[in-house]
Amino acid sequence: MIRTEEMLLNVGPQHPSTHGVFRLVVKMDGERIIEATPVVGYLHRGTEKIAEDLLYTQIIPYTDRMDYLSAMTNNYVYCHAVETLMGLEVPEKAEFLRVISMELNRIASHLVWWGTNLLDLGAFTPFLYAFREREMILNFLNELSGSRLNYSYMRIGGVKWDAPPGWIEKVQDFIPYMRKQLAGYHDFVTGNEIFLNRVQGIGKYTAEDAFNFSLSGANLRCTGASYDVRKDDPYSIYNRFEFKIPVGENGDAFDRYMVRMKEIEESINIIEQACEQFPKEGSILGKVPKVIKPPAGETFVRIESPRGEIGCYIKSEGKTKPYRVKFRRPSFHNLQILPKLLVGESMSNLVAILGGIDIVLGEVDG
Amino acid sequence: MDALNTYFNSYTIVGVFLVIGILLPLVAWGIGALVQPHEPNEEKEKTYESGLDPFHEATVKFHVRYYHIAILFVIFDVETIFLYPWAVAYDKLGLFALIEMLIFVTLLLIGLLYAWKKKVLKWM
Amino acid sequence: MMNEIMTSQPSWLNVLKFTGLGVALILVVILFVTYAILAERKVMAFMQMRPGPNRIGGKLGILQTLADVLKLLLKENITPKSADKLLFLVAPVIAFAPAFMVMAVIPFSENVTFANLNVGVLYYVGISGLSIIGIVAAGWASNNKYSLLGGMRAAAQMISYEIPLVLSLLGVILLTGSMNLNDIIKAQDNVWYIFTQPIAFVIFFIAAIAELNRGPFDLVEAESELVGGFSTEYTGFRWAIFMLAEYFYLFAMSSLITVLFLGGWQPVMFLGFIPGSVWFALKFLFVVFLFLWIRFTFPRIRADQLMELGWKVLLPLALANVFITAIIKEIFFR
Repeated sequence: MIRTEEMLLNVGPQHPSTHGVFRLVVKMDGERIIEATPVVGYLHRGTEKIAEDLLYTQIIPYTDRMDYLSAMTNNYVYCHAVETLMGLEVPEKAEFLRVISMELNRIASHLVWWGTNLLDLGAFTPFLYAFREREMILNFLNELSGSRLNYSYMRIGGVKWDAPPGWIEKVQDFIPYMRKQLAGYHDFVTGNEIFLNRVQGIGKYTAEDAFNFSLSGANLRCTGASYDVRKDDPYSIYNRFEFKIPVGENGDAFDRYMVRMKEIEESINIIEQACEQFPKEGSILGKVPKVIKPPAGETFVRIESPRGEIGCYIKSEGKTKPYRVKFRRPSFHNLQILPKLLVGESMSNLVAILGGIDIVLGEVDG
Repeated sequence: MDALNTYFNSYTIVGVFLVIGILLPLVAWGIGALVQPHEPNEEKEKTYESGLDPFHEATVKFHVRYYHIAILFVIFDVETIFLYPWAVAYDKLGLFALIEMLIFVTLLLIGLLYAWKKKVLKWM
Repeated sequence: MMNEIMTSQPSWLNVLKFTGLGVALILVVILFVTYAILAERKVMAFMQMRPGPNRIGGKLGILQTLADVLKLLLKENITPKSADKLLFLVAPVIAFAPAFMVMAVIPFSENVTFANLNVGVLYYVGISGLSIIGIVAAGWASNNKYSLLGGMRAAAQMISYEIPLVLSLLGVILLTGSMNLNDIIKAQDNVWYIFTQPIAFVIFFIAAIAELNRGPFDLVEAESELVGGFSTEYTGFRWAIFMLAEYFYLFAMSSLITVLFLGGWQPVMFLGFIPGSVWFALKFLFVVFLFLWIRFTFPRIRADQLMELGWKVLLPLALANVFITAIIKEIFFR
């Protein structure tokens, strides 16, 4: 009898489109995927376990390395958790610096996503355009924190450095430039027929599915569910700014694309407002005891990272080291829906769907 | 006589080009063999499997989903073979041949439409 | 000179002469390939606002490709253990030989023509289709799953674009009444076919990009999906032969488009004092630039979308074009 055979294909860990060392074991019949099994853990460094043996301040650099594309939000969620546990007040100026740096980081992260997702779809040029703008943002963050990727900028109770002279003005000058470039991106890519064919209707799921798989961030908002921690559970000083939560309709890869592009716009708006209201005077670090020793107890805080809802749980026994630190890592949760989405798709769509989810392997594997 | 000579010479050129086309890679590889290192080992000789040891043979009975389209392709390829001489001699053939050809192509198009409706033209 | 040889009695001396001319042509084409690769990288770099190769051979990187070729030449040839060894070796040759053979029919200028075949167009299309066999064979022989997928895609791609490609040429042939490329150029004395056959040109150009396996139709290699497609397992100069074949086709296809639609070596209007070869080169380079431009602007299309594009859009359009041309010719030019 003539019959065809199924083929087991390894996509990753060393594959150009898995954005790191993500492995996907795909069972294929011809070019159609029958079953896909994600295998994670190639980049596991045991951040949470290591944290149990470190002083509270020493944990901050480890959070950088989780989601290395948006280290600021990771820094923030950890510091925010410790501050909540200790009941610390954060000075206003520090909050402003935190918000500006987090939103800049969000733009940079989305730019990387935009470039690499299009690279997955086979368009090379947008990648370099995105990285040109990202480079500027990295320079800003470099001036602020002294580092380009792993900032470790935030401290428990505030931030490490004040903005250098003229920095706020530079960021303000960047805002109109970025708006112009964003319009250029849309001209260049968004209307492109081939691009639309590649993403419209691809990797579709409903809001219900999204909630069931505990998706967050743009992966949730693309279905029309409006949920953003910045609005729904405001932290820091986000309730002082006016911004919208962009949502999609169809829950396909195109909507995820549009949601992220609009998020860049909203982030620009937030930065613009924050720069205008930026207080000239004030300290950048609150009254923090020399030895950080939170009272016994536990806390969970959550914020909106570029990839979704990032949470931090800390249990303290009143010692200088935490008893347990746990991060809710959005990339990991967003990945859960992948096997469901991939069934019946082709190899080309696999890349488009995986790229659209926007995972960062450092975060998936912890 | 000139035309005949041109004819033969033209196909001689084709033959010569074929030989050159085959020889060029071989000569290039020959030169390469003189200067290239050759130190095979087991790791090098593995096929690429995204960084893991290859498992399963890749030479499976592959499901060629576009099989129906391939059949259509053959039909239409033969059709073009009929169309080419018709196009060359069109000036001499005139209206009758045009109508004949239209009927012929219409028949094929009906077949294509049928395949289209039957969703044969969908690959996945 | 060429005319004399062509009309002379076929002899072994002629074979020798043709071999010499063929080698000369191959050197010219290799020179073109060397600088086409550099040009591609430079054009890409400028479109992406970066300098591109600028280290080897001065600021313009004149010697960059040479260095790359040297590097490839010095690389070890690795044959995977599980590969089908003979087929693995033969596949690049199968892919390459037709790439050079197709150039036999292309008239580069009034004097620089090789084979003067009456089936020129058909010859080109037929021979160029053979390369696919090499690519499929390479994909299968590598015994690598990505290569296999790439090889299968090559076949899928071929059956999607080949028919529109062939049919779009019919319009040109209808107007000329010949498949001889020399005659086609002569028939464009007054008006280029790009103006009288615009639909055919567009269809042919799209199908040509697919035939060349270049972006946005580079599904066979698709480095972000299939890593390297059929060429994943190829190293060193074996891989270089595939690359060379690709650029030989770029040369041949750009020449063919110049001949079919842009009037070949025919000068523009009254500028006849400029030699035909210069005109050919200018038009040819313009076509090459178009290919590069499109490659860096568009994302990659999906294999099944290409198939649908070929069968549902290009094929009906091409057929319609043929009959519209035939009918117009019947009514107005009889």
